[in-house]
Amino acid sequence: MSSTVLSMSGIRKAFPGVQAIKSCSLEVCDGEIHALVGENGAGKSTLIKILTGAYLADAGEINVFGEKRIFGSPIEARRAGIAAIYQEFSLIPELTVHASLFLGREQTRKGFIDSKTEKRMAISLFERMGVDIDPESRVSQLSTAHQQMVEIARALLAESRILVMDEPTAALTPHEVEILFGILRELKDRGIGILFVTHRIDEVFAITDRVTVMRDGNSIGTWKTPELTRNQLIAYMVGRSIEDEYPMTHRNAGETCFEVRELRGKRVRDISFAVSRGEILGFAGLLGAGRTDVARLIYGADRKESGQILINGKVIEINSPRDAIRNGICLLTEDRKLQGLILKATAKENFGLPSLKTWSRWGFIDQAEEESRFLDRVRRLNIRVAGPDQRTEDLSGGNQQKLLVARWLETNFQIIIFDEPTRGIDVGAKYEMYLLINDLAGSGKAIVLISSDLPEILGISDRILVMKEGCITGEVKNPLSATQEEIMTLAT
Amino acid sequence: MKTVSRERTTRFLNDYGMLLILLLLCILFSALTLRDQYPTGAAAADELAAEIIKTQSADRRILIADRDTDEDSLFAFSLRVRLVERGYHSIEIMSGDPSTIRNQLLLAAESSEKVGLIASTRSFAAILQSVNAQIPNLAGVQVVSPSSYRWPTFLLLDNLRNVANQIAVIAIIAIGMTMVIITAGIDLSVGSLVALSAVVTAWLVGLLGGENASTWAMISAGFGGIIVCGAIGAFSGLMITRFRIPPFIATLAMMQVAAGLAYVMSQGKPIYHLPESFVLLGRGVEPLFKIPYAVILMILLYIAAHILMSRTTTGRYIYAVGGNMEAARLAGIRVRLILFFVYALCGILAGLSGVVMASQLKSGAPTYGLTYELYVIAAVVVGGTSLSGGEGRIFGTLIGALIISVIQNGMNLTNVESYTQKIVLGLVILAAVLLDRLKQRGLQGRGA
Repeated sequence: MSSTVLSMSGIRKAFPGVQAIKSCSLEVCDGEIHALVGENGAGKSTLIKILTGAYLADAGEINVFGEKRIFGSPIEARRAGIAAIYQEFSLIPELTVHASLFLGREQTRKGFIDSKTEKRMAISLFERMGVDIDPESRVSQLSTAHQQMVEIARALLAESRILVMDEPTAALTPHEVEILFGILRELKDRGIGILFVTHRIDEVFAITDRVTVMRDGNSIGTWKTPELTRNQLIAYMVGRSIEDEYPMTHRNAGETCFEVRELRGKRVRDISFAVSRGEILGFAGLLGAGRTDVARLIYGADRKESGQILINGKVIEINSPRDAIRNGICLLTEDRKLQGLILKATAKENFGLPSLKTWSRWGFIDQAEEESRFLDRVRRLNIRVAGPDQRTEDLSGGNQQKLLVARWLETNFQIIIFDEPTRGIDVGAKYEMYLLINDLAGSGKAIVLISSDLPEILGISDRILVMKEGCITGEVKNPLSATQEEIMTLAT
Repeated sequence: MKTVSRERTTRFLNDYGMLLILLLLCILFSALTLRDQYPTGAAAADELAAEIIKTQSADRRILIADRDTDEDSLFAFSLRVRLVERGYHSIEIMSGDPSTIRNQLLLAAESSEKVGLIASTRSFAAILQSVNAQIPNLAGVQVVSPSSYRWPTFLLLDNLRNVANQIAVIAIIAIGMTMVIITAGIDLSVGSLVALSAVVTAWLVGLLGGENASTWAMISAGFGGIIVCGAIGAFSGLMITRFRIPPFIATLAMMQVAAGLAYVMSQGKPIYHLPESFVLLGRGVEPLFKIPYAVILMILLYIAAHILMSRTTTGRYIYAVGGNMEAARLAGIRVRLILFFVYALCGILAGLSGVVMASQLKSGAPTYGLTYELYVIAAVVVGGTSLSGGEGRIFGTLIGALIISVIQNGMNLTNVESYTQKIVLGLVILAAVLLDRLKQRGLQGRGA
């Protein structure tokens, strides 16, 4: 009979202007993998932060191993046996792996750090986990997946009995996800209770025992995973049923409007392709295949060594993002928080940034015009924002992404490159994003879609190019009848 | 909608919260300097004249005591003018130190015409009374003075003007520094630029006529000083944008170069021999409210800068570059141009301050502006601008500068020793930033 290791009941949390969690209860048993799902804005991240001590709940109870606890800080949560692994890793890039593992708990001999013992313990731990990581290498040299393994290893060393993970697979390739799941299963066998937040429905059905759904700040219910169907789960999450996960409107692509010839640059060799008006061209491939590099070269964010970019048959000189925007090309970056948005600024300011010149005279901004354009776009794209002056960092991921799309829409682009547009956003917002992309294609824009989500790229694209190690290895002309395996073959 | 107005209020408090601190300080120093004020000068004379006219007939003989200080002389002169205007013809001013006045009183007592009234400033009245008592003929004569009133010395108009005037130079530089810091940069060269500008300006005036230089010559010389400093600021900007030298290092280097240039140009000595009219900018006051021209210049510049930062595309770009330089670049902003602009502008404003200072001191010397960069940065930081960039308000810096000036002024009025003042000022800067940090934490509802 398994016992409850963690339970939260009646949790409430409010921030200035928004009630993030209205009422939430959930419990995790030992030896269980428990998923927490829900749309963005549902309150999942907030709940996790409360659980791991980053925030303090306004009301409600948390019980760990039957004892009521209040966590005033992450350290207290950790001491209670809860280990947190966030989307944004908390490792220090310059430290070695073994130093990171033992940070705060260094093995010492007579006051000096005992590196040999640390390394030895690290190696045996990694062996047990089934991963091959050199304890001497620097964290910054590891792949994202391996960095995550180190984080998990840290949690294991601390003998945590409860593991809380926020979107652990967001930056992993399918192969790495398998390895992670292997480790999670092992941990489950050892009796550790695992709670993880995810947006990927497939994962819920692949590995979890139970799933709790949150919607609009409330926990809707908990179900045993085998007893649910995919559609049921999605329906609980969005409050309505979704027939089509990937809406596909019938489109007639026009003539070629955008062409890239023999593009060469950092980690990219001889890329040539063309996109037509109204076409969605998908770019698939493993992490590090060079897709984002291609996008940045086209956009002028990185300097290209050679190659040509043509719009409507004319060669265009692009040496900076400014040139690209002026020629009607825009890029929705992979990492919206680091490269896309200015988090300190207001929603309106982020929205208007590239378009300020169009609503200003002699350098003076027509603020009424700016605000009305902002409100108009917000309405049309259904962006949930308290007002033009809300701080951008307070918006949910999906709304941040929509804000960026709104920003680019305002520049009247002809060609848009989406780099992982649905990363870190929930099912409902994903669907809206797909509708948006379809609309854009329908209105004659040329769209390049870079994505690591194979079902997504198969579901949305008209054509798919697959990249590997800086080159295009193949083309999938008919995604509707293609399989994930085909793409993986070309990508590896 | 209630949440929107609450957001607006929170934002306002966030941006201009230091205004409350400034007001609290003013209240504090008003309380500490509350005492009897003995007015003097022309205004006091007018008031006393009105009193005298009411009670004394025009044929009375009136003596006015004047201790020969600037204020007293003005008082005596104005009083006589007022009384003569109203037909009083027997007015005498006794001027000099107390013993001279005593002798003059004795002389007056002996003359045939009876003394009707003695007028003096309040602070002198008591002494006068006792002297009076000793002279038999004058024993019954009344000594009148303008009435005193209780008022904080801090809030005397003259003092308030002083508060603004003392900080004008620092405040003007702080405008440019605010913009630089908003871009997450720093400019350590401003202090040296003040010296360089003062020296260049004085030197150019010397070249264009020295003490007989025309107004145009002086204005051109001023522009010369400003342009030189603007060029150095632009050079710093170039180093920072083209060669990716960290702002701290680039401006530290230019700080030394500018200081050296100032010394070379002036050969280490102050440059005097400037026309008398040169001090108009630095010491002149406008006729109506007696606000110093330097303060008016400061206010105009602040308004212009505020408009630039809050209403123009350039201002928006500056905040963007400071908030997230890479995101700004990817959104199509010419980051390098913006950075170049703010450093050049900072240099220009420092140059302008140098001209004001030269005007205040009627000379240019390479020792001017020493350690000014620290006060300027303090004003910016106390005013609420974050050193990490991306946020801050121009008027916040003005409040920060005024806070520093109010504290210094207040400490002077309450006779705090100047070395202790340094300690207090340092602690104030710490407290201001601490307050800001706590405010940020509070806004975001973080736990411990």
